[in-house]
Amino acid sequence: MRNAIGREIPDIIPGLGKVIGFGGAFTRKPIGRTAGPMLSSCFPRTDKLLASIETAIDAVGLKDGMTISFHHHFRNGDKILNRVVEAIAKKGIRDITLSPSSLNTVNDALIPFIEQGVITAIETSGARGKMGRFLTEGHLKKPLHIRSHGGRAQAIESGAIHIDVAFLGAPACDRYGNINGIQGQSACGSLGYAIQDAAYADQVVAITDNLVPHPLFPISIPQTQVDYIVVVDSIGDPAGIASGALRYTKDPKELLIAKYAADVMNYSGYLQQDFSMQLGSGGASMAVGRFIKEMMIEKGITGSFGVGGMTGVFAEMMEEGLFKMMFDVQSFDIPAIESIKKNSNHLEMSASYYANPHNSGSIVNNLDAVILSATEVDVDFNVNVITDSNGVIMGASGGHCDTAAGAKLTIVVAPLLRGRLPMVKDSVQTVVTPGETVDAIVTERGIAINPKRLDLMDNLKHSGLPIMSIHELKDIAYGLCGKPEPIQVSDDIVGIVEYRDGTIIDVIRRPIL
Amino acid sequence: MDRLRRSMMFIPGNNPGMLQNAGLYGADTIILDCEDAVAITEKDSARNLVFQAISEMNYGTEVAVRINHISTPFGWDDLKRILPAKPDLIRLPMCQGPEEIRQIDEVISEAEHKNNFAAGSIKMMAAVETPKGLRLAYEIASASPRMVALAIGAEDFTANLKTTRSKLGRELFAARGQLVLAAREAGVQCIDTVFADVNDEAGLKNELELIKEMGFDGKSVVNPRQVTVVHQFFAPTAKEIDYAQRVLAAYQEALEKKSGVISLNGKMIDLPIVARAERVLAYAKATAAKGGR
Repeated sequence: MRNAIGREIPDIIPGLGKVIGFGGAFTRKPIGRTAGPMLSSCFPRTDKLLASIETAIDAVGLKDGMTISFHHHFRNGDKILNRVVEAIAKKGIRDITLSPSSLNTVNDALIPFIEQGVITAIETSGARGKMGRFLTEGHLKKPLHIRSHGGRAQAIESGAIHIDVAFLGAPACDRYGNINGIQGQSACGSLGYAIQDAAYADQVVAITDNLVPHPLFPISIPQTQVDYIVVVDSIGDPAGIASGALRYTKDPKELLIAKYAADVMNYSGYLQQDFSMQLGSGGASMAVGRFIKEMMIEKGITGSFGVGGMTGVFAEMMEEGLFKMMFDVQSFDIPAIESIKKNSNHLEMSASYYANPHNSGSIVNNLDAVILSATEVDVDFNVNVITDSNGVIMGASGGHCDTAAGAKLTIVVAPLLRGRLPMVKDSVQTVVTPGETVDAIVTERGIAINPKRLDLMDNLKHSGLPIMSIHELKDIAYGLCGKPEPIQVSDDIVGIVEYRDGTIIDVIRRPIL
Repeated sequence: MDRLRRSMMFIPGNNPGMLQNAGLYGADTIILDCEDAVAITEKDSARNLVFQAISEMNYGTEVAVRINHISTPFGWDDLKRILPAKPDLIRLPMCQGPEEIRQIDEVISEAEHKNNFAAGSIKMMAAVETPKGLRLAYEIASASPRMVALAIGAEDFTANLKTTRSKLGRELFAARGQLVLAAREAGVQCIDTVFADVNDEAGLKNELELIKEMGFDGKSVVNPRQVTVVHQFFAPTAKEIDYAQRVLAAYQEALEKKSGVISLNGKMIDLPIVARAERVLAYAKATAAKGGR
């Protein structure tokens, strides 16, 4: 079938069964009820503490074919996921579906377990490095299933993902299972991605290196959802969990792009008293934040709230009184973790609150502006963030399509060229975010506004900014680089890109490398 | 009025990534450098790349090339390779006298003729970096009608003075002053030297304040971040524009009344002030046309 943005999707995909093609960003309404975990009970004075991860795997009755989940709040400092999969493999359990909120390069260690058939399916926001390449080659039994953060929350709550066991790294955990992410040597800040897993998984195992007396305070994940607790020496490497303060870029080209993006926001009319915005964590996005801050101070305005993926730079704006509050689904650096710990207006939020399209309104719906990045964009304003110019999986869907759908002004920043390759093309290799939700593409050589947005084009007419059509932008890119040849792909589907509403927006076919 | 050369940004000629992006940052002139930025072993690649860059890219701004000095093994080859691409301006470093200018002028004329370029369309400028060069600055600037600007290269110059560069810049005071005098007598622009510490914005601003007061037309820069700061300093302020407009209004009034005396706020305005007012307004128009950057 051809879905609503013209991508060819097979009617049946091995491993997925029936396929519903993407029909438009705001077309699919859910029916039915939210799914729920198995009922459980826990008699008074039960000790949830188990001796080891191995004991926990036995206790939950993990069997072939089950689905296990993890959060990725420890990023490349995570020690849980690989350890648990290793233990599962040693027990001879196979055919597991791995459903983490995302994967990092530290998880390249899983490759042998995929080769051995311990893991036969993966559902994630993305994959990078060796793993990304490995998965692109099609070694997984079932195609890789890519979902955005909002899409994953939606799938968990609707039952499309059924988690048998959630193994949750817990920076601070009390003897009865109350968990938070802000205390302990492996503090990671917000536990936004873990909250769904804890609430919907049939069984939950908390793995901690910081067991504290009951009761813990504050509580992000309540004891009522946690079945077992395992104490280990270390659940994460602090250096990999959170870097020192992330700083905005000093690269002149990225700064130029950031300045243009901030100018677009300014001229758009959305930069007013009580506005809200989301910044990414990349150097260019953070630089936009700095320019916006200068404009806010110059205009004498303050914002209502910020959303992220939180960095210290953004949290600092709140501490300086420029924003009333921050909603944080993931804390990227040490200053952000410090902020969520001490500031009552820096709130932890779940992925569902953040971006689930099938509830009564997630916070992305209230965003005035979001600044996003891209690997490539095309003349229909579709955005790719998951594959590179060779069709290899190297990125993550993240909150990209969620924020783009929700925000009033969606700005995608990208260099027009990367090396000798154009980033604005006739057609992107893989669509993650559909063009109908993207309002402006900002590059160092020009800015293209989605023709649907006549209001924006009008407001920007006298801005002095280099506004041009997307085709002109593409022509500049092709003029400098030449027109890229299309990548040769086989018919093997190695990845499925699911839009936030559960429909299939694109598939990744194995490139013939 | 001369074309604006508030900022002249150096780009290493053997760096394709930087050559590609050279035109993005709003510099009035980009100088593709075959000289100091390029190692001896790379001189040939640099001139080839520079030739390609000028031929292929549409930079949208004045494109200059700093060739190696003609006493080195590289200078003449630079000119031979690059002139057919039609750069807007050739910058000669380390200029020691007018004869060098005349020699290069001839070579450029030949190239213009051979390639059917309009005669005189390729301009020249020269940087003085030695006491002798500075002494002959007027002669250098008047040696050819192609000459549009004089510049000073502080690093080499202060080394030649047997002193070092300092924050206050007093070692360059005499040289800068003499350069401005020579440039004005010859009727060309004068461009100040590079401020090397890219992270020291306060230092750059101090130096800009000084050279603007002294009468310089522009400054060489090495980093896009410096371009915005330089342009801020060389833009007439709202106050200056306002005053200029009122001076010209008073001048108009005097003309209409056929009065021999022009007065504004009870003060007498003589003709040099009127001329300066016209310059300020023309300059303001030109900087605004460049997007007020």
